[in-house]
Amino acid sequence: MARWPKPAEGSWTEHYPEIGTGLISFEDSVSPEFYELEREAIFRRAWLNVGRVEQLPRKGSYFTKEVRVARTSVVVVRDGGGGVRAFFNVCRHRGNKLVWDEFPGEETSGFCRQFTCKYHGWRYGLDGALNFVQQEGEFFDLDKEDFGLVPVHCEVWAGFIFVNLAREPEQSLHDFLGPMVTALDGYPFDKMTEWYVFRADNRSNWKIFADAFQEYYHVPALHPQQVPIEVRTPGSGFECAHFQLDGPHRVVSTGGARRWTLPPEYMYPIERATRSGLVGPWESPEIGEPPPGLNPGRIDPWGIDNFQIFPNLEILIYRGWYLLYRYWPTSHNTHHFEAMLCFQPATTVQERVEHEVAAVVFKEFALQDAGMLTGTQTALESGVLDRFPLNDQEVLVRHFHKVVADWVADYQKNHAEV
Amino acid sequence: MADSLLPAEFADLEPYAADWCLATETERYGKRLATSMQDIQAFYDAVVSRAEAAIAHCDRFPLDAMPEDALNLLHLLYSMINVSFCVEAWGQQRVPDTGAAMLDCLIEPVP
Repeated sequence: MARWPKPAEGSWTEHYPEIGTGLISFEDSVSPEFYELEREAIFRRAWLNVGRVEQLPRKGSYFTKEVRVARTSVVVVRDGGGGVRAFFNVCRHRGNKLVWDEFPGEETSGFCRQFTCKYHGWRYGLDGALNFVQQEGEFFDLDKEDFGLVPVHCEVWAGFIFVNLAREPEQSLHDFLGPMVTALDGYPFDKMTEWYVFRADNRSNWKIFADAFQEYYHVPALHPQQVPIEVRTPGSGFECAHFQLDGPHRVVSTGGARRWTLPPEYMYPIERATRSGLVGPWESPEIGEPPPGLNPGRIDPWGIDNFQIFPNLEILIYRGWYLLYRYWPTSHNTHHFEAMLCFQPATTVQERVEHEVAAVVFKEFALQDAGMLTGTQTALESGVLDRFPLNDQEVLVRHFHKVVADWVADYQKNHAEV
Repeated sequence: MADSLLPAEFADLEPYAADWCLATETERYGKRLATSMQDIQAFYDAVVSRAEAAIAHCDRFPLDAMPEDALNLLHLLYSMINVSFCVEAWGQQRVPDTGAAMLDCLIEPVP
């Protein structure tokens, strides 16, 4: 009954023999001890996307990013030469948090000519150099050259700003992202600057939430309302058109008739009235020839590409717009979720309304996932079960947890040797 | 009708304007949760049938220079969109089974 062809091995899972087909454990999502390992093994080693270059429109623009899983805060800034730099958000004098407003634990953004510490007024340039020390003569042999802000490795790909908290990253960002992801080079993310930004504090492990966005097997059961009740088919499944793995990263593509080409009863009245809905606007301005990395399985008709970039970034590319998720762990069973819907700026009210509908419908269904996953977390924590079956539609869930385990094992091995 | 919020040709929607002309998603979603389904249904029914006319009216102006009455009309449309799933899919204000789940909108386009 397969709608889409599978690889010669008979399944997507067996196409990648290293991930196996056996039962898997979710101990990695309930164990406080494993979470402690993830801090160092993953979040202090992998490249982490903290924002977009559009958040730094001019020299002196900055934003802070709290990376609680790594127990740190980073300030990202557009320097005097127009480059993007990142620093640990700590004053060199007495260790005070340098950039924050009102609540030290909350993120902030703005524009400045220099950073001034709230505590004793030390000032740092946009390049991190220590430029001013109050009563410098009272110090003992203090050389300002030696007390600049501590830099964080920071690189930009396709307008996405990544940091790496390691002293020396094991790979450049480009090598880390690998050929599957960097084949998206040239996609006009920079044109999609009309943003909706949502956030949530969810009561589940970060991986449990990410799991729900890397398989569509759950859609008919959890989200039956994605299809109007009059045309809902009980027992119908969902089959994705293409899965692909590359290093620690994953992509899944959907395919099939576009929602708006179906008979009108397959859409809600709001969708018909506004020409937008579950999968966004029916039409978006042309974006030219897509890069080779888009629709890597050459699916026709293509639906969306859903890239999961290790460890905690997801980019879903629709027709002429994209959605972005980040999952920031805050404990072994909580995380901070960020979502952005990024459109080409509307030039008419009709287009604005289309974007508004897409954002509203996104929230309806994302809430359904968030509501359920608290239940997943608490039931997993009961410890009643410790081995779980995954099917071929869940191949990316299997891969994700294996990559996490591999990174932790690799870290432990290297540290055992030291 | 010096006190009217909406363009004259949408005077039939004026009874809803004071409550539902809301500029942010946070206000609109809050209003949705705080309103009875009976009132949501009445609001939705009134606005959805005028949606295409309302969009056409607003589209007579540039997005960054809309007169206040047209902007109010646009915000009214956004509110109708916000409650549309309550009426069309859920049959209740809150997404079913979402208990304490939340999703806050921090940044959104203006208008």
